[in-house]
Amino acid sequence: MMDPDERLRTNPWTKSSSSASDALRQLSPDNQSFTNFSSQQQKWEDSSSMDYRTRIEQQFSEFTSPSENLSSAACGANNQTKNHGHEDKRMRETSNSNNVQDWDPRGMLNNLSFLEQKIHQLQDLVHLIVGRRCQAVGQSNELLVQQQQLITADLTSIIVQLISTAGSLLPSVKHSLSSVNPPVTQLGQFGGSITPPVTSFDNSGRVVHCDVKKVEDQPNEVDLIGNAGIEQNYVVEEHESKDEEDADEGENLPPGSYEILQLEKEEILAPHTHFCTICGKGFKRDANLRMHMRGHGDEYKTPAALAKPNKESTSEPTLIKRYSCPFVGCKRNKDHKKFQPLKTILCVKNHYKRTHCDKSYTCSRCHTKKFSVIADLKTHEKHCGRDKWLCSCGTTFSRKDKLFGHIALFQGHTPAIPLDESKVSAGQSDAGQTNELINKVEQIDFSAQSNIPSGSGYQNVMDGKGSIDDPASYFSPLNFDPNNLSGLHEFPRPSFEDSESSFCFLLSGSSEYHQKTGRFSGSGNL
Amino acid sequence: MLPFNASSFTSQKLPKILDRWKDFPPPFLLDQQHSFYLQQSDYHLMKTPRTMQQVHQSPNLSNPFENLTEEIIFNVLDFLDEDPQAKKSFSLVNKSFYSIESIHRRSLRPLRTNLIPSTLRRYPHLSHLDFTCCPRVEDDTLFAIADVYKTSLRAIDLSRSRFFSNVGLSSLAGKCTGLLEMDLSNATELTDLAAAAIAEAKNLEKLSLARCKLISDIGIGCIAVGCKKLKWVCLKWCLRVSDFGVGLIAMKCRDIRSLDLSYLPITEKCLPPILQLQQLKELILVGCSGVDDEGLVTLNQGYKPLEMLNMSIIQNVSHIGLYSLTNGMKHLSHLSLAYGFDVTVDLAKCLRNFPGLQCIKLDGCQVSCAGMKAIADCCVSLKEINLCKCIGVTDEGLSSIMEKHNGLKKLDITCCRKITHASLDIITSSCNSLISLKMESCSLIPEDAFELIGQRCSLLEELDITDNEVNDEGLKAISRCSKLLSLKMGICRKITDGGLSHVGIYCPKLTQLDLYRCTAVTDVGIMAVANGCLGLEMINMAYCEKVTDSSLRCLSKCLRLTALEIRGCTRLSSGGLSAIAEGCRKLTLLDIKKCCNIDDAGMLALAQCSQSLQQINISYCSVTDIGLMALASINHLHSMTILHVTGLTASGLGAALLACQGLRKVKLHSTFKASMPQALLNHVEARGCIFHWRNKAFQQVDIDPKGWQL
Repeated sequence: MMDPDERLRTNPWTKSSSSASDALRQLSPDNQSFTNFSSQQQKWEDSSSMDYRTRIEQQFSEFTSPSENLSSAACGANNQTKNHGHEDKRMRETSNSNNVQDWDPRGMLNNLSFLEQKIHQLQDLVHLIVGRRCQAVGQSNELLVQQQQLITADLTSIIVQLISTAGSLLPSVKHSLSSVNPPVTQLGQFGGSITPPVTSFDNSGRVVHCDVKKVEDQPNEVDLIGNAGIEQNYVVEEHESKDEEDADEGENLPPGSYEILQLEKEEILAPHTHFCTICGKGFKRDANLRMHMRGHGDEYKTPAALAKPNKESTSEPTLIKRYSCPFVGCKRNKDHKKFQPLKTILCVKNHYKRTHCDKSYTCSRCHTKKFSVIADLKTHEKHCGRDKWLCSCGTTFSRKDKLFGHIALFQGHTPAIPLDESKVSAGQSDAGQTNELINKVEQIDFSAQSNIPSGSGYQNVMDGKGSIDDPASYFSPLNFDPNNLSGLHEFPRPSFEDSESSFCFLLSGSSEYHQKTGRFSGSGNL
Repeated sequence: MLPFNASSFTSQKLPKILDRWKDFPPPFLLDQQHSFYLQQSDYHLMKTPRTMQQVHQSPNLSNPFENLTEEIIFNVLDFLDEDPQAKKSFSLVNKSFYSIESIHRRSLRPLRTNLIPSTLRRYPHLSHLDFTCCPRVEDDTLFAIADVYKTSLRAIDLSRSRFFSNVGLSSLAGKCTGLLEMDLSNATELTDLAAAAIAEAKNLEKLSLARCKLISDIGIGCIAVGCKKLKWVCLKWCLRVSDFGVGLIAMKCRDIRSLDLSYLPITEKCLPPILQLQQLKELILVGCSGVDDEGLVTLNQGYKPLEMLNMSIIQNVSHIGLYSLTNGMKHLSHLSLAYGFDVTVDLAKCLRNFPGLQCIKLDGCQVSCAGMKAIADCCVSLKEINLCKCIGVTDEGLSSIMEKHNGLKKLDITCCRKITHASLDIITSSCNSLISLKMESCSLIPEDAFELIGQRCSLLEELDITDNEVNDEGLKAISRCSKLLSLKMGICRKITDGGLSHVGIYCPKLTQLDLYRCTAVTDVGIMAVANGCLGLEMINMAYCEKVTDSSLRCLSKCLRLTALEIRGCTRLSSGGLSAIAEGCRKLTLLDIKKCCNIDDAGMLALAQCSQSLQQINISYCSVTDIGLMALASINHLHSMTILHVTGLTASGLGAALLACQGLRKVKLHSTFKASMPQALLNHVEARGCIFHWRNKAFQQVDIDPKGWQL
């Protein structure tokens, strides 16, 4: 039991000296190493349930989040899009700064050497894959697809980097570049949108947008909560359909009767929205930030400073706010002919993740269903395995009518008889094992690719937290008793009762998890 | 499934000659001994019984059929289909007949499955297998069948069998690619796995799953996807099948012609795909209580090719739902709305949609006079009306229909207790072409009215006047219906030998006669019937206590007699029964309950002669272990009722149960349950027999228990 934990603990520490640039260089293998971790973990913990692994991954992704503004671009283990998004952001930053101070040959050289390194890494990766393919003929599709995605993602980031570097060379190109921006975004979500110049990072890392009012100003909080509640329910019921937008389909607001806000992709995907102006620490909730501010001095301890800032401003009459998706071409984008606005920021967040992001959360039970919104995964996992309506094609349904609709639609598909009835479970359990096997192969594969240990993101977390009481206990499967597991289902749902938490739609991590379980006494969020 | 059809046969006369054999089975074909004495091979000599006599008189040992081609003998065999015993006898004549019969045979109804392997070797071309006599059919049997009849098997009936599973079915359905019909009714233990196995029979056209209670939507879904060519589907009492399964089968099997959805928990949701089936002719929705008006009105309009619709026992549907459902059914000819609808003017207006409506069944409905008049107006020409147990049928209403629909062929006014002489008058006067009239318990019709039936409806073939006031005069008139096939007049206490004699004389075609509790009837009447109606197949003389053995001796001349009920005829004895056993070799059903003078001698005679006997009730008889053991030797026997047979011991009964291998159902007094070893009962049950334990008190035979005052 100690082995994995030991490793997890020691690994970051050994790497603690690695610089930020180091981390940047290792960006791509970074996530793989996380996967690697989890796979090792799983290998040791064969007996434990599969969802264990996913949870760990999630936590990794969450640990890394506070360090985001340190340009480490740490990200969820599986979330490559996100990853590259951050990366782009950083690069954009670089290029922006370059533009501001004329042309800097040294910066250019840096960029180019970075590019060179990236290409080499990619080369290695492809070599590896080629070698793998020769060895194992019967590779699973899933694995191939993942490899492909990985390569595509890397290539895209290289291209983007190249363009931005070139852009910095020719100052006149800058404007045309930004105008070309939307098509690029459309071309592939891997590349992510190059952040329009209007967006800039201030020193503290807080994102300031010209076209988005501060979220805290949201006056109709109750409304928001209500909407979010509906949204949540909707997700619970209809998460199969992935069409969360239907929830507000009935609403027919005349154009112009509402204010259209468009958050940028980075903001949508950012796990934290509230950053400390002094130390830069990020929070999912303003309330948490205010609590945090108390540590910075007595002036933050006054009741006025601790009170909800928007309490007084509620009297102002404000236009109804509706949201636009930043993805050009999307029906939810304000430039679309049949634009249908999104009601809340939570809607935006879920919509964007579901529609324009990778489905990076894989169900740990069935290993087939993938989700981009973690709440969807949670909802699915609650029902996964309980989907007793099976089709011969392997698709499972939680509802009988869905199954029969599916069968009526497709030629040759037949209802499959559930295992417990057929008694000949041998065949099926074999299938399950092979599934598991494939997963393992996949993970081993990844670990082979990434010999470079984890990056600074992880280590930052560890530094920040400092005092995990006993990592061993944390990673021991015994500790994952159902209560704690339920604590892991941290997505805003319960917190909506609390009006302060109206901003938690922007969270994706599990700082709440820390709060609730109290396992991370040193997390410092409180 | 004839190997050669008649047209390919050169001599056109032969079929006609052979046709004659139907009425008079030539014994030389059936009797092994005689066949060796046939001299001439020319079948023309067989034209008349007289030539046969000649044949018999000049013995010669050459085989008369040697010169006949197989083709001709096949044709001979085709005409022996009617009687299963005839073919059996044919095959016993000699080796060549045996082999010819083996090749010719297409259908088989085995009695035991333990002989199946050898049977399968003997008959290589079977296409129809009927296992209704085998209560236990195991997977091994199905494996063997599947291996032998890979291409030839067309139909298999397992409706009365148990103990096979999805494995056997899977083999059968997978290997027999030509399988078209499967009857799996009553297979209450079959699950969805079995349904999935059935789905492997890609060419299946006819499937019955009645009472397969464990099969659910999933299984039906498998069948729907697998058996795309289904045309006749029966899902009656498949209680776990709902809208989803039914909807899917209608969506996937576009050739369905007949669909029986009786007693399914379905709603209107599955109806749209059903109503879009372009071949659907028959739809049965009996007892589908989930279907209601609200749902039916949502159905879209359109052309529906349906010809028969049965919506009986649906409580929540009124004329509104019916109108919506049947809109566009231009070709509907048979409509059944029994037990549920109110026959009103509105309902009758729905019938305007069906210009070709011929048959309407309104059994057990609340009928109004205005409704009946509206029916009379709205329908063009009805051929059949059922108003059995309708409340509210009056002379006025009935008359209005009868006046308009002169072409009526069948009328059922059972238990319409309000109608009187006037109704019968108008029925008989306007509907001269009536073929079937059922009017049990029309108690207000006076006795003289029945004469009208005989005077005016000479074409009657079926008449049920049970529990009416009919007397000898009426019966005498009725006997003028010379085409009468079935006459039921139970509990007609005024009938005596006089009237019955007329029936015997003037109704030679009579096949079914019910004299239940016609207590005035004696031997004279029965003998008249027995002498006159030689084609009699069923006679019920229950509680005709004056009847004696001489009646039975006379009835033994009716060679086609298959069912004999003489319950409570205390004067009958083993002597009479022996005569029946010797004469009526085709006897399949015998009820001698409370014939306390019948003893082992009768049973021995039955055991010796009545090898076709399938069901027997010997309650209250003086039968002992010996008699029962004798009975047990009858191969076909599958159902026995043995209550209050005082001469029986537990060991005797046990021995008989063990000996009688084909038993499916045994009704016994519950005292035997304790006294017989459980292992024995288990064994018999494992063979497929079901025990019905009864605990009724012993009734004195002589006393009339129900106060019939007979």
